[in-house]
Amino acid sequence: MTTPLISLKNVTKSYSGMIALSGINIDTYPGEIHCLLGDNGAGKSTLIKIMSGVVQPTSGEVYWKDKSVHFKSPKEAQDLGIGTVHQDVGLIPMMSVARNFFLANEPTKGWGPFRRIDHSKAREISISRIKSMGVSREIAADQLVGTMSGGERQAIAISRAVYFGARFLILDEPTAALGVKESSVVIDLVKQTKSTGTGILLITHNATHALSVGDRFTVLTQGQVVDQFKRGERTREQLLDLMSGGVKVESVLNGR
Amino acid sequence: MELGYLLRQTWFGAFLAAIFVYIFFAFFGGANGFTSIGGTAGWLNTAAELGIIAVPIGLLMIAGEFDLSTGSVVGAASIIVAMCTSFFGFPVIVGIFLALAMGVGVGLFNAALVHKTSVPSFIVTLATNFIVAGTALALSRVLSGSSTVSIPDAGWAEVVFATRWNQMYISIIWWIAATALATWVLKATPFGNWIFAIGGSNDSAQRAGVPIWRVKRLLYVWTGVSAALVGVMTAIQFNQGNAVAGQSYVFQTAIAAVIGGVLLTGGFGSVIGVVFGCIIYGTITIGLFYTGWPTDWSQAFIGSLLVVAVLANNAIRDFALKSKN
Ligand SMILES: Nc1ncnc2c1ncn2[C@@H]1O[C@H](COP(=O)(O)OP(=O)(O)OP(=O)(O)O)[C@@H](O)[C@H]1O
Ligand SMILES: [Mg+2]
Repeated sequence: MTTPLISLKNVTKSYSGMIALSGINIDTYPGEIHCLLGDNGAGKSTLIKIMSGVVQPTSGEVYWKDKSVHFKSPKEAQDLGIGTVHQDVGLIPMMSVARNFFLANEPTKGWGPFRRIDHSKAREISISRIKSMGVSREIAADQLVGTMSGGERQAIAISRAVYFGARFLILDEPTAALGVKESSVVIDLVKQTKSTGTGILLITHNATHALSVGDRFTVLTQGQVVDQFKRGERTREQLLDLMSGGVKVESVLNGR
Repeated sequence: MELGYLLRQTWFGAFLAAIFVYIFFAFFGGANGFTSIGGTAGWLNTAAELGIIAVPIGLLMIAGEFDLSTGSVVGAASIIVAMCTSFFGFPVIVGIFLALAMGVGVGLFNAALVHKTSVPSFIVTLATNFIVAGTALALSRVLSGSSTVSIPDAGWAEVVFATRWNQMYISIIWWIAATALATWVLKATPFGNWIFAIGGSNDSAQRAGVPIWRVKRLLYVWTGVSAALVGVMTAIQFNQGNAVAGQSYVFQTAIAAVIGGVLLTGGFGSVIGVVFGCIIYGTITIGLFYTGWPTDWSQAFIGSLLVVAVLANNAIRDFALKSKN
């Protein structure tokens, strides 16, 4: 059995007494898409904040490749190879594609007081990386990100995370704000990234998207895992019932 | 460079406005000598001393923060130099050093206060402005019995800070140096990239790994030191320190930045735009003298210009975000 990338063991998170997550166990693997599903407020964003070092768990352990880790900042998680694309994509609309791509990791040339951004290198690499994600439209490195479509922004954010060494990629609702066509572009991006051996945690509200790409699934309701299963083990209807956190949860669990 | 490119630049509007304002005053004030060497020196000196502070203020505003404490730092720095040299009899270098150190201190204080209180920097730095101004005035009165202290002879510092050619002060050279440095930092360095990013989205910048508080702290120190430098400069030019001088810089610097195309909400702007903003400011305030009209109009003039600038900046931003290259 391959070693998991990130694992959570019995993780709990409370915000000043309010329990956002309790007793969470999850294993994620390289080259697999793990779908995290759940209704609004179920705790999905909280869970990925723990994985990406934005917040620390109240109790329980986080493991990276079977070693216990305690992230004090997102940077520490990034350095291990955990890339995160948050719900708002995390790009700066009023900055160019190239400047966004290399934000906080700018390639430089020259030395001492003359050290400066290597703009031509930044342009070249960012564009070739984004193109390799299969974005068909012509993209200019100097174009402001704010002028680009939601799908293109996802492509920039994902390719940026992968370029900077993400072995595990967390995507928070990448299709939430997108139309049907853009969504399918992003789903293709996710598949393509998976094929390079990167592990992916995909958060979504959309059962259809989840079932079309997911290898493993975790369903959260009110901060608890109500079901975990592999591809093909649940029908779309069962999944929808689970996600709504509704009355039928019991019957699904009993029936397995 | 096609027209569409120019229209998307934040400085372009300020550039056109500067030319328009200059021609306007050359027309109505030319006969009285606005375009003479004396007139030119007048608006250049004004623009330069404003610009030395307004340029780093522009960077700070691009990073989404304000600093309204620079006015009192100017006055405090000038009185520190004067007290040190004439009252305590220290060498002028000590006074200059202490004045600049005070600028650094105020910058660090502002940054720490903004960081720890999470109160908008607009308010926090205005409070600092009153604290510093009050302290400078009180100490000056207690120690010397007056709010102004004269500087009989500043020695070598006269050369560095008060040299004149045809009434043009050496401040203009300092202004050009400040502009060159800020342009380099903003356009060419990673630090400049971080300034834009923080102003564009504080959260996204932080999550991308930008050390946002380190950047802001440095920018606050930069504005503080620049204000102190202007305080030192004016003290030596006028042979006098004045604890209450400089209050006009409090809003002038921010206004020059906005007229120069810096977005009030941060994330967008340029150093060269701020330079044009300062030129516009200098041209209007000095130009009015030469027209013979009542100078009382200058504030109304600049206020109107500010409104137009804010609207224009927002329009430019929207246009830049809409146009798909
Ligand atoms: N910083 C915080 N302080 C207090 N409570 C919080 C905080 N962050 C999240 N919560 C609470 O924790 C619970 C889980 O929130 P979370 O954002 O993880 O849900 P989610 O599944 O991502 O929802 P959505 O689908 O709306 O994004 C919610 O009840 C929320 O109000
Ligand atoms: Mg969420």
